[in-house]
Amino acid sequence: MHAKPRAMRDALLEQIHREMASDSSIFFVSADFGSPVLDRIRADHPTKFVNVGIAEQNLINVSAGLALEGYKVFAYAIAPFITMRCFEQIRVSLALLSEVRPMNVNLIGVGAGYSYVVSGPTHQCYEDITLMRALPNFQVMSPADHITAELLFGRCVGELGPKYLRLDAQVLPAIYTDAAPNIADGFHVHRQEGAICMIATGYMLHTAVTVAERLQANGVRIGLIDLFDLARFSTEKLREELSRYETVVSMEEGFAGRGGLDALLYNFISHNAIDVKLLNIGVEGSYRFELGTRAELHEQVGIGPEVVTRRILDLFKSSQGTFKTIKGDRS
Amino acid sequence: MISNSVNLKEKAHWVWRETLAVHRRAPETRIASSLSAIEIFVALYYGGVLNIDATDPRWDERDRCVISKGHGSICMYPILADLGFFPASELQRVCKAGGILGGIPDPIIPGYETINGSLGHGLGVASGMALGLKRNGKKQNVFVVSGDGELHEGANWEAIMFASQHKLDNLHLIVDNNSISMLGFTDDIVSHDGLVRRLEAFGWQCVEVDGHNVLKVQNQLLSLKAIADGRPKALVARTLKGRGVPGLENEALAHILMPKAELLDSLLEANDAR
Repeated sequence: MHAKPRAMRDALLEQIHREMASDSSIFFVSADFGSPVLDRIRADHPTKFVNVGIAEQNLINVSAGLALEGYKVFAYAIAPFITMRCFEQIRVSLALLSEVRPMNVNLIGVGAGYSYVVSGPTHQCYEDITLMRALPNFQVMSPADHITAELLFGRCVGELGPKYLRLDAQVLPAIYTDAAPNIADGFHVHRQEGAICMIATGYMLHTAVTVAERLQANGVRIGLIDLFDLARFSTEKLREELSRYETVVSMEEGFAGRGGLDALLYNFISHNAIDVKLLNIGVEGSYRFELGTRAELHEQVGIGPEVVTRRILDLFKSSQGTFKTIKGDRS
Repeated sequence: MISNSVNLKEKAHWVWRETLAVHRRAPETRIASSLSAIEIFVALYYGGVLNIDATDPRWDERDRCVISKGHGSICMYPILADLGFFPASELQRVCKAGGILGGIPDPIIPGYETINGSLGHGLGVASGMALGLKRNGKKQNVFVVSGDGELHEGANWEAIMFASQHKLDNLHLIVDNNSISMLGFTDDIVSHDGLVRRLEAFGWQCVEVDGHNVLKVQNQLLSLKAIADGRPKALVARTLKGRGVPGLENEALAHILMPKAELLDSLLEANDAR
C-alpha cells in the first residue's frame, strides 16, 4: 500500500489493470472518461475495453449486456452523470434485472461531493448517496482514501451484484497509513472517546479528522468513525459502537436532510432502538454557483472544519454536565 | 432449432386466437400492440430463425432474443407455452397471484432475457450482449424486437450509433412499425418517416417488409441472419396495431382501447381451433 497522497481512481484502476492480466472476464467500459492508468488498460487490453462515448444511458445498458454474457464489468464516468443521467437504466437493467439474472457490474463514479470544485453544480455531486441507496440491492461504497478504494476492489471483482463506488476526484492524503480498514465491517473506528461521535463518509472523513484535532486542542474529546460501506456494514458492530455515545454527528458531502447518510443513521438508530441523539452535518440550502476553493465552499454550505467545529463545540457546551459518562467509564 | 416444417400462416392465426383468449381472461394485458407483432414472433420462433432450446432457456449457445416492447408481446405467452418453455396451464393464470405471466413480461418467464416494458432499454442491453459475444469469439446472434413508438427514447439512438461503430453484425433489430404509440399516430407526435433511410444513414443494413406476411418476414430474417458484412441489421416491419379486431385495428387510441368481452367471445368462437 502507498502511504503517499494519491487519487482513489488511480489506486482502483491499477488494481483492475493488474487483475485483467490474469482474469480475462473483466471488461472495462468508459463514457469517454479517462486517466493515465486507464490509458494502460486501453493499451494492454484493447479487446476488454470499450468507450461508449458521452452516452451514460448506453454505458449502463451495454454494461448490463456484457455482464449477462458473463463479464465482470467496470463502468466508469463522472459521478453525477453515471448516477443521475442514466438512473432509470441503472434501475431497470442493473437493479431489477440482477434480481433475476445475477450479474457483476461496478459503477465507478469519480467526483463525489465538491471534488470538481470550479466546475460548479453540474459536475458536483451531492445527491448520489440518496439516489443509489434507494436501490435496495445496490452496494454503495464511499471510501475516504486511496487505500480503502484499493481494498474495495476485492469486493467489486469477487462479488456478484450491482455496486456503486463514489470516488473523490482529487488527490487526498492517505488516512489508513498504519492499519488497513476491515472491509467486511464496512466501517472503521478511528477514535473511541468522549460522549459525541462523528460518523463521516468519503471526503468528510478528512474534515472530521481536522475537527477532532481542533476539538482536542479545545479540551474536547470526541469519537470518530469512517463509514465507507453505506449498504452492507456490520449492523451488530455499529450498534455496539454507537451505543457508547450520547450524540452521533453524521458528516456527508451531500445535501442535509434529503435521504443521505443522515437518513441512513436516523433509520439505523431508530430501528435498533439505540439511545443516542443525532446531529446532521451536510450541505445546507440549495444549489449554489459561488466560486472558491473546496475549503471555502465547504464553509459556505456548512460542512467545513470551522463551522463543524463550532457546531460541535456549541453542542458540547449546551449539553455539558448532562452527558452520561461514556460506556468505558461506567462501573 | 425449432422445426421449419410448421405451417407458419396457420401458426400465426392460432397465436392470434390464443392471444385474444389470454386477453379475454386477463383484460389488464395490452392487446393491440401484441396483435401487431404476431407474425414477427412466429417467424422468429417457428420459422427456423432463432436457435433456441425450450428445455434449456439459458443454453449458452442460444441466439439471444430481447423483447424490448414488453407489454406488446403478450402473444409470446401462447408461443412459449406451445414450444414448451413452461406448462400451458400458466396461460390460465395470467396476471393472477402465483403465476409468472404478468401484464408486462419479466425475465422470471423462461424465454425472456431482460427486463422489458420500460421502453427503450432492449437495444442497448442487446448491443452489450452482441459486443460481449463478439469479444468472446462466439457465433451466436442477438435479436431485438422493438416498437416504433419506443424509438422516441433517445437511448435507442445511442445504441444505434454504438452498434455500427463496433460493427455488430451479430445484432438484429426488428421494428414492429405499427405507427401508433399511446396517444395517437407517431406521424402526428414525432414522426419516424423514412425510418429505413435513417437507420441506413447510421450505418445499419436495413430492409422493410409487410409485417403481416409471415413467410416474407421469415425470409427476410433468415437472409439478414446469413449476412455478416460488418453492419448491424434492421428489419422494419409495417404492421397494424390491433390487427383483426374490429374497432381496434389501426385506431389512433388502440393502445388503450379495450375490446368488449362479447366481441372477444364472438371472435374466439368464429375462429375456434380447427
